[in-house]
Amino acid sequence: MSDARLDVRKTYKLLIDGAFPRSESGRSYKVASTKGAFLANAAQGSRKDLRDAVTAARGAQAKWWNATAYNRGQVIYRLAEMAESRRDELAEHVALAEGMNSRTSQKTVSASIDRMVWYAGWTDKIAQVLGGTNPVAGPFFNFSIPVPSGVVGVISVQESSLLGFVDAVLAPICAGNTVVAIASEARPTPAALLGEMTSSSDFPGGVLNVVTGLTSELAPVLAAHEDVDGLDLSGVTTEVGDELAALAAGSIKRVYRPHEKESDSSLRRLRAFVETSTVWHTIGQ
Amino acid sequence: MGLAARRVASVDHVSTTPLRLVTAEDRHVQIASTIAVPTIENEAQLKALIASLSGVDAVGAEARAAKLSTRSIKKSTKLAAIEMAISMIDLTTLEGADTPGRVASLCTKAMRPDPRDLTVPSVAAVCVYPDLVAHARSVLGSSPVAVASVATAFPSGRASLQVKLMDVRDAVVGGADEIDMVIDRGAFLSGRLGQVFDEVVAVKEACGDAHLKVILETGELVTYDNVRRASWVAMLGGADFIKTSTGKVTVNATLPNALVMLEAVRDFAETAGRTVGVKVAGGIRTSKDAIRYLVLVNETVGSTWLTPHLFRLGASSLLNDLLMQRLKQQRGVYVRADEFSGD
Amino acid sequence: MSMCAPMNSAGTDVSDRQLANSQLGSLEYDPAPESAAIAKLKPSYGLFIDGGFSDGEAHQQFATVNPANEETLSMVAQASSVDVDRAVSSARHAYDKVWSKTTGAQRSKYLFRIARLIQERSRELAVVETLDNGKPIRESRDVDIPLAAAHFFYYAGWADKLEHAGFGVNPKPLGVAGQIIPWNFPLLMAAWKLAPALAAGNTCVLKPAETTPLSALVLAEILEQAELPPGVVNIITGDGVTGAALVDHPDVDKIAFTGSTEVGRMIQQRTAASHKHLTLELGGKGANIVFDDAPIDEMIEGIIDGIFFNQGHVCCAGSRLLVQESVADEVLRRLVRRVEQLRVGDPLDKNTDVGAINSAAQLLRIRELTDFGESEGATRYTSSCALPQKGYWFAPTVFADVAQSHRIAREEIFGPVLSVLTFRTPEEAVAKANNTNYGLACGVWSEKGSRTLWVAERLRAGVIWTNTYNRFDPTSPFGGMRESGFGREGGRHGLEAYLNV
Repeated sequence: MSDARLDVRKTYKLLIDGAFPRSESGRSYKVASTKGAFLANAAQGSRKDLRDAVTAARGAQAKWWNATAYNRGQVIYRLAEMAESRRDELAEHVALAEGMNSRTSQKTVSASIDRMVWYAGWTDKIAQVLGGTNPVAGPFFNFSIPVPSGVVGVISVQESSLLGFVDAVLAPICAGNTVVAIASEARPTPAALLGEMTSSSDFPGGVLNVVTGLTSELAPVLAAHEDVDGLDLSGVTTEVGDELAALAAGSIKRVYRPHEKESDSSLRRLRAFVETSTVWHTIGQ
Repeated sequence: MGLAARRVASVDHVSTTPLRLVTAEDRHVQIASTIAVPTIENEAQLKALIASLSGVDAVGAEARAAKLSTRSIKKSTKLAAIEMAISMIDLTTLEGADTPGRVASLCTKAMRPDPRDLTVPSVAAVCVYPDLVAHARSVLGSSPVAVASVATAFPSGRASLQVKLMDVRDAVVGGADEIDMVIDRGAFLSGRLGQVFDEVVAVKEACGDAHLKVILETGELVTYDNVRRASWVAMLGGADFIKTSTGKVTVNATLPNALVMLEAVRDFAETAGRTVGVKVAGGIRTSKDAIRYLVLVNETVGSTWLTPHLFRLGASSLLNDLLMQRLKQQRGVYVRADEFSGD
Repeated sequence: MSMCAPMNSAGTDVSDRQLANSQLGSLEYDPAPESAAIAKLKPSYGLFIDGGFSDGEAHQQFATVNPANEETLSMVAQASSVDVDRAVSSARHAYDKVWSKTTGAQRSKYLFRIARLIQERSRELAVVETLDNGKPIRESRDVDIPLAAAHFFYYAGWADKLEHAGFGVNPKPLGVAGQIIPWNFPLLMAAWKLAPALAAGNTCVLKPAETTPLSALVLAEILEQAELPPGVVNIITGDGVTGAALVDHPDVDKIAFTGSTEVGRMIQQRTAASHKHLTLELGGKGANIVFDDAPIDEMIEGIIDGIFFNQGHVCCAGSRLLVQESVADEVLRRLVRRVEQLRVGDPLDKNTDVGAINSAAQLLRIRELTDFGESEGATRYTSSCALPQKGYWFAPTVFADVAQSHRIAREEIFGPVLSVLTFRTPEEAVAKANNTNYGLACGVWSEKGSRTLWVAERLRAGVIWTNTYNRFDPTSPFGGMRESGFGREGGRHGLEAYLNV
């Protein structure tokens, strides 16, 4: 046994502003499989890491929104391409994290990639579906366009470590928001892996920021952060969600709480972090 | 020299009305007069100046005019406004069928609009074609009512400058106190602002002591931007008045056009230090219409302009409606149209 | 620029400058008051619950006064939590037994009826509104009441077309909606709340503002006239305690609130741990951005409309004027001249431009903030208009030389007070406009289309008016971003607030 190869263990780091720092706190935590086996070490993000992530997201937001919708679609599609080429790696992580057999995990990865493609195709349709012109009674050209809320905090669903994460972060991103996501506490590696893929798929730094760590420690910070415009509470219980929603009220955040039965084709997630901006212009010679 | 004297005399009616509040607006103009508009030396300079004018947002201008037209003018204000409007009328006949007889009866009406009530002021002027000026002059005699004449190949203005100037001189020789010229809309619309300007300058010179009203024919200029620009070209060229319309095209005076012109004379007074009058003409038939224009004047340029010096209403049937409304205000009941002569 | 001498004197004398006397004179218009008797006000009003008026259980009443002369107009009931419960139960019962079984086409016809009845009683409603609120009759007559009718008319047409509204094939109502509205546009805000809620199939408990309950009570009479089934709309009067009871009521499915950000925040906190859906339309500090190529005369009017419309009691008021520095002197000179022309006085006079401040409390707040403005070093111009002796009045005021950091540039004054700031480039204009926690409305004035769109695209505001300001239409979504709230009222978007989608 002495000559058996010792494997190289990877520590999964944070994704902040396109870089992969360790937690500024110097903390990490062990991630285990559903069967309790050691999977990896993950950075245990702190409130300061979250703060930095929000700063990065704020800094990236205008640029991301001002990119063309076509371009945003291309970037998200590129992520799907990257995920497809590394699907086995993703599937392995999902299988270990969620205790699936490989067939199921492959199916989950397929569904996740298809979800990315779905959102890639949405970027340049949101305005047409959610916006429009309004026939006001007067000499004005009046149109409504959906614009992003800004910076969205996502407390990612705990169980569905990849598909749930993809859905939660790409919906706001495809609408032009930037995101600070707290990954599933116990199953952070698929999210971390996806974060790594964004760095090689033309995502501008700061558009997606992923913080791993203890949800109970991080979520209240994100919910109360006044420079966060929207909050997705998918990853906490109803009771915790109630508390976080009250914190979110401090800066009048838009709060998304999942319905019991959300259909895949629902636009609730898309609409959750989209604002309607209505422009009036005079019409005259 | 009778002309200026007449004009001043016609103003005297107004000074008796309670409407005219002499405010600091007069001083205001003088204060601002230190800022001079450069003498126009060439077309490029003129065009640059015109191009520097602010645009007009049509929706905003129309909304402003509509808002002011909701002002509710009642009781003594209404009576005073009616009398003021009468004193500002250029009582007009501009028909191919005009005759000396027709002009004579118009002049009679102009001097004494209501023969039973001599407190009714005379109108500001009668407005006729050049060939009838001398006749009007003789009927009006020494009355304070001025004679205005359209000239410069009115209403189209499509004649050579020489012909236009002869037309003007003809009217002046006939005794016209005021000349209503038309600008060359064709030249304006094709960008030959220098030509429009030069014609105004030439006509002004031909007017001698007669006052010059420059008709923009806003209905043919169409846009408010054009109305503002044409107003400035006319004022820079020496217009004493700028006037909306000939009354001979589909669209005549409108409140928004008058608003834009009033803004132009206000701004011109501030920058060039010279007050220019405004005449609205065409389609103004009711007292309500007239009072709306007075409100527009009052709230755009201020009461300084509420004199026949600086504001005129070119009209014919308006006078009878004003007389009817005046009598109604006095009697408290609606009166018959036949109360007044049909001239 | 001799006219802007006050502005050039470098802030040494910041005492209340009367506008230069050398401004426009005015034709003295005789008073043209609308008759107060048209309002046909009753000495007292009860609560409108379950299709009829009744006293509150505690038989408590409070006075609603005319802010223009401080005289009591009428006594209205103070709804207690028991009354709130009765109203909610009535709405629940009506929802379960009647309204949820009423077809869209039927709901549509009720709404059309209401719209027509508002039109038919428009003169009465206009006078009621002006008496209770203090706004000029010209505005209640030409803006508030016609728009309220138009709003019902618009949503009437949606009631039987919800499946085409883009929210899925079978959108469902939420249930019982609790609606709390402000005092600045009492009837219009009632229309904004009720019309989409009813079209979508909800039943309602509406609480008008404490200082302006009367037009909502006349609306209750109209609902009776329209034979709207009992309980579908309940209108309860009261103060903040009543509102809080409504917000906290467990059987309410939806809260829609229009009012201050402070109260909105509290409501969001109180409803966080509930199933209640929430939409908020809160405060603002709208920037009106003026470029050097703006159509100057219309722009001046737009600035005036933006801040002095409804005494500046407008959440989307253009209360910050951002002027390109190269034209700032000229704009200020013209603006100050125009302010002096505003006719301030009797709200019932048809020629009044600026009416009374709605309440003593609001007047106090305006005074406090404007005093701050002076102490912070801004240059104050106040209209020299005469103000009535009785009632709550504040002369139109413009502050020049305002800095971004001044309180008058950051806090919502909700009064006839404009703060003027300058900028140099479009980038700077956008940055300054967005430098606020609010995000309700902005104006852009420029004749250059590409620039207005560039700016509009970057402004964080729910409504952007270019070369106009303070325009409203039932088809046009209205609502804020950031701390100006969430959800939209008006248009197809307005339905979303009342559908379970």
